[in-house]
Amino acid sequence: MTTTQEVVETGRFDTATGSRTTRMLGWALIVGLIVLLWLAFVATDPDIRIDAASGDEIGQFDAVRLIYVHVPMAIVAYTAFTVTAIGSVMVLLRRSVWWDLVAGASAEIGAVASALTLITGSIWGRPIWNTYWRWDDVRLMTTLVLFMLALGYLAVRRLEGSAESRARRAAIVGILLVINSIIVNRSVEWWASQTLHQQSTITDAAIEDLTLFTFMYAIVFGLAGYVWLLIKGFRVAWLERQNERFGLVEALEQRRAEAERTDAVNAAVDTGTGDQS
Amino acid sequence: MTHVGYLVAGWGSAFLIIGIYTWVLIQRGNRLAKRVPVEKQRWMSARDEAERIGDA
Repeated sequence: MTTTQEVVETGRFDTATGSRTTRMLGWALIVGLIVLLWLAFVATDPDIRIDAASGDEIGQFDAVRLIYVHVPMAIVAYTAFTVTAIGSVMVLLRRSVWWDLVAGASAEIGAVASALTLITGSIWGRPIWNTYWRWDDVRLMTTLVLFMLALGYLAVRRLEGSAESRARRAAIVGILLVINSIIVNRSVEWWASQTLHQQSTITDAAIEDLTLFTFMYAIVFGLAGYVWLLIKGFRVAWLERQNERFGLVEALEQRRAEAERTDAVNAAVDTGTGDQS
Repeated sequence: MTHVGYLVAGWGSAFLIIGIYTWVLIQRGNRLAKRVPVEKQRWMSARDEAERIGDA
């Protein structure tokens, strides 16, 4: 952590993973979150329509407010895995350390976002579909596979082996992540009869006015949060890499110093023995 | 308001999981920063940029 004295002396505002940019973005996100909560819970109306035939009230009622968290999480997951795939291609083509770290940091956020997509979707499904989960639903199952694949990617990054082989193996799984993301996204169109999930809400113009605005705002907010987490995640990954390298350098230096001390002791002993003989 | 329990569970789980992840990330950064020299803490130089995986 940079002290006030250091800031005055160096003019730097950086902390371990924080900087002026992340701090400003962080504050903007806090304000943005307050606005999002106001839009989602106060400004927008519940989804209530009147059935033309029976005259009864139908719709999602207040459960519709869950889409302001569920859909942005899914979009953040798709974006995160796309960035991971781009990074993975760059790793394979150029052995780029920078892209390797970006890919890893992005996949971590993608795993969190896809887990939240499953959780919030499941909670939303209970009042709307009358079930939390269906094992034969293609959208649910492909999303679950996506989440598991993301965990697999993160596990592969931690496998034993040289940095190069580890990065290359992870990169191949990283590319699979974006392919699976496309399958998840398109599954409601390709296998429409095998899912309870509705098709695209935005392109079908199923929502409008303030609800649409809140929906879009929530997506932009989610993506801004992703950017903040990606910067932080990248910096942590960079620190991990540096720590690994400096830990190794330090260990080598200690070993070298130890060997030199042993040599010096041996030389002294030899000299002593020589003197005696 | 209808479905209050579902709303609390959905939004609450999102806040909780993202909050925990963010906190862990920041703590990891702070812990690692103590072990890495200040001049090596940031990716900033052209030399860093040119670095390739597997380079010593």
